[in-house]
Amino acid sequence: MSAPASFTTLVALLQDKFGTGIVLGTDEAGMPPAVLIAPDAIADVCRFLYEGEQTYFDLLSCITGLDNGPEAASMEVVYNLYSIPYNQHLMLKVVLPRNLPGQSLPVVPSVSSIWRTADWHEREVFDLVGIHFTGHPDLRRILLPDDWEGHPLRKDYREQEYYHGIWVRYGQERLEDESGKHQ
Amino acid sequence: MANPVQYQYHPDHFKNSEPAKYKAEALPPGHMLINIGPQHPSTHGVLRLEVITDGEIVLDVVPHLGYLHRCFEKHAENLTYQQTIPFVDRLDYVAAMNNEHIWCLGVEKMLGITDKVPARVEYIRVLVAELNRIASHFVAVGTYAMDIGAFTPFLWLMRDREHILRLLEWVCGARMLYNYIWIGGLYYDLPVGFEERCSEFLRYLKPKLKELEDLVIENKIFVDRTAGVGVLPLDLAINYGVTGPMLRGSGLAYDLRRIDGYSVYPELDFEVPVGRGQMGAKGDCWDRSWVRVQECHQSVYIAEQCLQRLTTDLKRSRDFDPKAAVPKKVRPPKGDYYVRGETPRGELGFFFRADGRADVPFRCKARSTCFVNLSVLPEISKGVMIADLIAIIGSIDFILGEVDR
Repeated sequence: MSAPASFTTLVALLQDKFGTGIVLGTDEAGMPPAVLIAPDAIADVCRFLYEGEQTYFDLLSCITGLDNGPEAASMEVVYNLYSIPYNQHLMLKVVLPRNLPGQSLPVVPSVSSIWRTADWHEREVFDLVGIHFTGHPDLRRILLPDDWEGHPLRKDYREQEYYHGIWVRYGQERLEDESGKHQ
Repeated sequence: MANPVQYQYHPDHFKNSEPAKYKAEALPPGHMLINIGPQHPSTHGVLRLEVITDGEIVLDVVPHLGYLHRCFEKHAENLTYQQTIPFVDRLDYVAAMNNEHIWCLGVEKMLGITDKVPARVEYIRVLVAELNRIASHFVAVGTYAMDIGAFTPFLWLMRDREHILRLLEWVCGARMLYNYIWIGGLYYDLPVGFEERCSEFLRYLKPKLKELEDLVIENKIFVDRTAGVGVLPLDLAINYGVTGPMLRGSGLAYDLRRIDGYSVYPELDFEVPVGRGQMGAKGDCWDRSWVRVQECHQSVYIAEQCLQRLTTDLKRSRDFDPKAAVPKKVRPPKGDYYVRGETPRGELGFFFRADGRADVPFRCKARSTCFVNLSVLPEISKGVMIADLIAIIGSIDFILGEVDR
């Protein structure tokens, strides 16, 4: 087995394979080093990194969904990959436009056909942050109940008032005349 | 004036908020939908399993999570790094020291103060973390034996775990949720006489571990119930991101204490036990339990080495201050960080985004070990008997506090 490919070699490998437009930015000093990838290509890039003999990122540690807030109007998905044979870390990032209220959720291709652990990670991101993964076999809410409203880890999240008749906004007083009306 | 009555009755409120994935009436004749949990002792907490069966054979399992969800990540976004430590304790509440240790190492790495932490502090951290690891494995093996019908091991292991909990209570005042390890230091030095009492306890524990092997691991009934059951092949385990004793049971010596070499683990001598398929197939329930018991031996060995250092060159002194390196202000520089460490159940990771301006993380994500380990359950329990499904659930050893966060 050869030595692990350095970060610059990895970026060069990706650019050779998919063209220079694929890498939108790099952060070599990050812990671990990070590459910003064009959103539509993320599944192909992951498959290449998973199968490539010089890369072989066989363990997907974590998928994180981020909301940068309504002002920044963007959302991110961060993939933390690890290669067991090469003992190497890599962070992939994808930036998506944020949806306005009433619009459909931001969309990114699913990687659950490559690492099956991504199945639950992506369901969690969908549930808590509100990002839709195309090609996911079973995209349901995972931690919150099926009929919950909204995505709690969004920066502008405001919890619903009542859930099955239970007052949800703890610490905030209900108005007396409202308490009997909700259905 | 708020209405003191929290809940108003209405028939619409009694709708099922988490519908089953399968429809019972749409199943072919002979197939049955059985709901196990969320209130069931063998699901180790509040896990609900939707099981499709054909007679005694399990055809599919659909886990339904979230009954203990309290959105740890939202809490972490609103609290400083130091204030989040009690919440980190409550993730995996039977191994709180290990969680705190990884959280603090991660924040120290972000701040760049890893080298400033005194050696005595780091050795005390490893000592208490390894004691907690033993206690955690005792819960895992004890409740597992109880799941498959043996009650004595549970009582014996709880008895020995109680000694560890009392030691840790002496250290920090709490039995399970410690808030002992702080960023850059410790809440307090070890109490006077702790080292002697702890060595005495480890001398007591060693024959008990041998007893545990005779009583549970080598027991014919236990072997018959677990050997060859729930076999998890190595490639499947890696593809599902499974770590910890489950992955080592499948035959890969993947221990972050050895691979990442964080804290003072590079200075300590220990082995990484891996499953070899001695009783059935490699990666079966027996291998996973065997790995846990072997790890208890290794943790005892690590704790002895720590005690040896803590009573010789890192001996307590009058001027030692465990809070000397605690930073006045925890404000990491801008950036994204992923830090990880080995808990008794596997790789616990934290993803942080710091914006460099606030004392709270912009985003904090916990990569939960048990959440990922549990996701492999539907895969390895297809085609087994219902009684074996209970054996497989126990061998995964998940803590719902960490699954649901």
